[in-house]
Amino acid sequence: MFVLIDKNSTSSDKYSIMTYQEKRSIVHLVSAILVPVIYFWFVFQGNPTRDMNTDELLYFWARAILLSIPVTIVAHILIAIVFGISSVISSREKIPKEDERDKMIELKAMQASRYVFGFGVLLAMGALVGGMSVNMMFLALVGSGILSGVVEQLSKLYFYRNGI
Amino acid sequence: MAKHQITNQVRTLRFMAGEMTQQELADHVGVSRQTIAAIEKGKYSPTLELAFRIAHVFSVPLQEAFSYNPADE
Repeated sequence: MFVLIDKNSTSSDKYSIMTYQEKRSIVHLVSAILVPVIYFWFVFQGNPTRDMNTDELLYFWARAILLSIPVTIVAHILIAIVFGISSVISSREKIPKEDERDKMIELKAMQASRYVFGFGVLLAMGALVGGMSVNMMFLALVGSGILSGVVEQLSKLYFYRNGI
Repeated sequence: MAKHQITNQVRTLRFMAGEMTQQELADHVGVSRQTIAAIEKGKYSPTLELAFRIAHVFSVPLQEAFSYNPADE
């Protein structure tokens, strides 16, 4: 889909309908949702938390979250490599280097995602105080992590499209 | 769209400089073509250093490349 939209951008003075950074934000948005969803779908195969006590639950979630870090990093690196190669091949333009505008947009997007994650943490604590299970607390934490990633990419897309 | 009180004549200066392309200007000042495009469209206000570099490329004073228009209150 991104290849078809960008096919008219051949000269350096023409505007692409979607810039490389915008397409990259969309790809990262999709991976920010798919990677953790697929990972935790595998983790929860067979409902392993059904008969666990609190200590076992805490160990289970801590292990799952810690393991998700390298899995997510590797998945994002692979996706970035594949996207970079396909983008260069399809648009025949070199990948633009990161400059001050990219850094400013990244900074503002990270601010937005941190607010979302911070709110999610409060929500998770509130879930515990409200009498919900440890499972619910961790689900809220993971959910807010996913949501913060989505907000970060959506923010980047907005800033690249509409300016900062 | 973000509102900016800083306007610029980068596009005009570029064409007056032998129809320099956005990519060429970007290479001269060390940013991406998309950043130059965003500056020309008024979607991004460059840092002071970048603004000076752009003015230097065209051999004009900073005020000739960029101007500040205070918003009406």
